[in-house]
Amino acid sequence: MMKLTDLFRFLLIALLTVVVTPARAQLSIEITGAGANRFPVAVAVMDGEAQLPRSVTEVVRGDLERSGLFSLVEMGPRPMGESVPPDFAYLRTRGADAIAVGTVVPAQSGKYEVRVRLYDTRQEAQLDALTLTMTPAQYRATGHRIADVIYERITGLKGVFSTQIAYVVKSGNQYKLQIADSDGANPQTALASNEPIISPSWSPDGSRLAYVSFEAKKPVVYVHTLATGLRAVAANFKGSNSAPAWSPDGNRLAVVLTKDGLSQLYTVNPDGSGVTRLASSSSIDTEPAFSHDGKWIYFTSDRGGSPQIYRISTQGGRAERVTFEGSYNVTPRPSPDGQTMSYIARTANGFQVAIMDVATRQFAVLTDTGRDESPSFAPNSRMILYATEIGGRGVLAAVSSDGRIKQRLSVQAADVREPAWGPLPR
Amino acid sequence: MRYPLAASMLALSLLAGCSSTPMSSDQGAAVEDRSASSAGSIPTVRPDQPQGAGLAALRDPNNILSKRSVMFDYDSFTIRGEFMPLVEAHARFLVANPQMKMLIQGSADERGSREYNLALGQKRSDAIKKALMLLGAQETQIESVSLGEEKPRCTERTEACYAENRRGEMLYAGEF
Repeated sequence: MMKLTDLFRFLLIALLTVVVTPARAQLSIEITGAGANRFPVAVAVMDGEAQLPRSVTEVVRGDLERSGLFSLVEMGPRPMGESVPPDFAYLRTRGADAIAVGTVVPAQSGKYEVRVRLYDTRQEAQLDALTLTMTPAQYRATGHRIADVIYERITGLKGVFSTQIAYVVKSGNQYKLQIADSDGANPQTALASNEPIISPSWSPDGSRLAYVSFEAKKPVVYVHTLATGLRAVAANFKGSNSAPAWSPDGNRLAVVLTKDGLSQLYTVNPDGSGVTRLASSSSIDTEPAFSHDGKWIYFTSDRGGSPQIYRISTQGGRAERVTFEGSYNVTPRPSPDGQTMSYIARTANGFQVAIMDVATRQFAVLTDTGRDESPSFAPNSRMILYATEIGGRGVLAAVSSDGRIKQRLSVQAADVREPAWGPLPR
Repeated sequence: MRYPLAASMLALSLLAGCSSTPMSSDQGAAVEDRSASSAGSIPTVRPDQPQGAGLAALRDPNNILSKRSVMFDYDSFTIRGEFMPLVEAHARFLVANPQMKMLIQGSADERGSREYNLALGQKRSDAIKKALMLLGAQETQIESVSLGEEKPRCTERTEACYAENRRGEMLYAGEF
């Protein structure tokens, strides 16, 4: 595997603003800040791609460009197949440190085989090779898979181009819980309601979403199987039921119930059985989230007089305060790699996405917007998706965990909120 | 138990307005639907529609019972003195009509986290529920829930607007 730092030799690119609008996407993504050092990679037009109605190469390029970590070296319209090694010396003069080449050949029953090779032009060595079979309609999924491999080989982190995101769109008094590809393409509506929907949470296997719907004129937690549309009530006790969060093994849901008084933490089975109280306090306890290893539940509590983040062992015991700076720190979201926690801090500029190193408790504010809510880590822990407001309209935005890369995702003429980044596909 | 006819008719008609009563088998008998043209036709029960003389007071704009909103100060869950007569009137109504059920929806202004605001709205609906119970209403008559910041009455970003959204709404079965 190449080391990113070894390859950041010659670029000092100032913060760029690159607008990329994916074809037919309802959510459009705009990059508003990119990495200072971007890895120069070439993605050649795949040989034989003209047979396909839509270009896989363009999907790969769009993914890498939007990630903010790569600069695409212009390679022109000439296709480059994978059967012969590329001209490394020429590629080096073009400034490309890596190149992806590929060949599309017809396969059985209307499908196509896509063979891709990724090379390091300095070592003149192959980094990876893969073969995918696709129908012409799967050009986007195929492109995302290829981009994932390129991303992983070069950065050492899992690519998240093949993942999906969930979010709520409000237009007028209509609420839609939508699922889209991580680039905003292929939005699908899982639930449409005249009542609010909040707090979607992906099951670890990506097959189900837990969320809070107000369709019964009160908050009730549902678990929705996406493939079938079947829903189960996970928590509908007297009072309010909210803030579902999956355990890492997918067997339990942490929820907030008010059946015994104030908003308190419980766990339930996803089918609504087996309700167990997790902690007791005489204050608000809400917004639970499991740590990646399932050992801790982070949550928001006002037990100290102002809302702050605490954590408690899933085995029980005393709660431990995590945030101390400021008078309002809420919505803890531990990263999938266990290193950091994202949350919302009230600062002089409003409500902003912050990140804290779990071990050192050092923290930093990552955004320059002032109405941020609902941070959600990408499964590789590199990006944080969140809701904010720009021009009086709810939009989704994403920021890298180092604060350098910033993206904005918006839908025309609607408010978008409550994002949740789905897991890596199985 | 035996009631005089008129009283039992009232009690039954109140029951019919009560969607969560377990005595649903009585509801069909309670509705006096004179529009049903032919004998033997079966009236349609709509348990979500309040009916009966006792409920008229809830809709009479001159009756305090038609008022349902209790407003709260910022970061406060205390019922202000000006709203106590309203809460007392509804407590008396609940005591006099033990078959009536109430849903209290608490709300918060939009600032900050949706889930934390849901918990704040719950504290407001709980405060109203506790006051009603201290005044004699039964726990089984009341459910307190929260709408958080999701159902603002006012959508401007002014202090006046935020104040309007920090409230609890007392709704009887059939009204929500």
